[in-house]
Amino acid sequence: MALQDVCKWQSPDTQGPSPHLPRAGGWAVPRGCDPQTFLQIHGPRLAHGTTTLAFRFRHGVIAAADTRSSCGSYVACPASCKVIPVHQHLLGTTSGTSADCATWYRVLQRELRLRELREGQLPSVASAAKLLSAMMSRYRGLDLCVATALCGWDRSGPMLFYVYSDGTRLQGDIFSVGSGSPYAYGVLDRGYRYDMSTQEAYALARCAVAHATHRDAYSGGSVDLFHVRESGWEHVSRSDACVLYMELQKLLEPEPEEDASHAHPEPATAHRAAEERELSVGPGEMTPGDSRMPAGTETV
Amino acid sequence: MASRYDRAITVFSPDGHLFQVEYAQEAVKKGSTAGKEMNPSHVKVGIRGTNIVVLGVEKKSVAKLQDERTVRKICALDDHVCMAFAGLTADARVVINRARVECQSHKLTVEDPVTVEYITRFIATLKQKYTQSNGRRPFGISALIVGFDDDGIPRLYQTDPSGTYHAWKANAIGRSAKTVREFLEKNYTEDAIASDNEAIKLAIKALLEVVQSGGKNIELAIIRRNQPLKMFSAKEVELYVTEIEKEKEEAEKKKSKKSV
Repeated sequence: MALQDVCKWQSPDTQGPSPHLPRAGGWAVPRGCDPQTFLQIHGPRLAHGTTTLAFRFRHGVIAAADTRSSCGSYVACPASCKVIPVHQHLLGTTSGTSADCATWYRVLQRELRLRELREGQLPSVASAAKLLSAMMSRYRGLDLCVATALCGWDRSGPMLFYVYSDGTRLQGDIFSVGSGSPYAYGVLDRGYRYDMSTQEAYALARCAVAHATHRDAYSGGSVDLFHVRESGWEHVSRSDACVLYMELQKLLEPEPEEDASHAHPEPATAHRAAEERELSVGPGEMTPGDSRMPAGTETV
Repeated sequence: MASRYDRAITVFSPDGHLFQVEYAQEAVKKGSTAGKEMNPSHVKVGIRGTNIVVLGVEKKSVAKLQDERTVRKICALDDHVCMAFAGLTADARVVINRARVECQSHKLTVEDPVTVEYITRFIATLKQKYTQSNGRRPFGISALIVGFDDDGIPRLYQTDPSGTYHAWKANAIGRSAKTVREFLEKNYTEDAIASDNEAIKLAIKALLEVVQSGGKNIELAIIRRNQPLKMFSAKEVELYVTEIEKEKEEAEKKKSKKSV
């Protein structure tokens, strides 16, 4: 038609996909811009709000995490599970983008299952970590965000690997990932020993996550605890984070007979006093009959 | 009948044969006929002991001016796996190279060294691909692959040009392989492989069945658990051969005493 020709308009179905749209799997960035820099400045803000930790000790590997999924300042899910089982002897703690973590873990599960069928035995934890980091490093620069600790028991005993989506792959004894990790590391570094008993390990993991949820806004909800033994992984417990923290604080409160000289702090300052005490004295260490108050504590 | 179905590799004959594959197996037995020179396929024997795996090969007789050291029939694929082949040397070179690359790629992707079964399966799959491709002929080699896995268990596998592979306790490939295999069937006992030395001697004895002129024409390689491949020098082989001959003499003396 005449008007069509003048305007050079074509009906949409005769066209293929618009040349201005990015190719499948590609990003549309302004011309002349380096895609990576552009995305870093203007791209979607990704959430790392979480506290996960894992450590290996004589009796296996402990994995613990909070259960709060946050989207900015909105709590998307207060009871999500951040520890994903890969197979009977392998767990992964996930941090970063939940969708990325879930997807890549499914891909890892498939890879490991295929190899198990071909080789007649499951690949080691080191292999699984290598496969995962190799798969993800191909997408480097495309804003994949997966920070995970692979916890497993293989032929060489309990093993722990940290894998990040830029391709980092590290073996270690203790890892904590997420916005709450600095708080968790503090507690873990204080209490970790390779020769812990299982109960001590459970207590340490719960304590670390609880303290992190107390201070980090993006961590909270409940505390999940998993244990990978020689016979496989088991879900030990899921306890509410606030309740757990309160219970831990109660353990630190002094016995009434021992500290008669202590001015029992009023509830308003109870929290701060408890923390100050913990910082200076250490968990569980009370000097009986000591009337010293830690510096900076408000007396009633 | 056969001539109509052996041109193209991808064609089955009416009675279900892949003639190119069968001809390849013949080539392994007889060796190549390159130009005027006949290169008869020499016999190779592999033995799986309790703590050791042994590969023995009949040494190729070299021309006067040829440098003997460049003729190698036992090749290491990795620190813990090695193989010997029978058939076309040039084909073997290609397969061995691919296998060596695969050993390292596996270590890179999966952090663990290959298991003997894995690399055997890789070689067998490679050979099978060439029996099902356009314009290519099968590899004219059979291989004996030996080694130890991470779990410390010794393994011996044999592959053939069709791409099948099997695990063996002891096997032989190449010229007169049948005779050697029969000898092994009679003499491979728990006692025979009880110690490393006994296993080595069994391999040499098996080779001596068909190899003329004794120890000079035998090349030997062993892998012990957690140790790299060891190639024996001619002197070391001679030591074993003299020991075997001594034992033979003593056995004969005992027999003659008994008969008297």
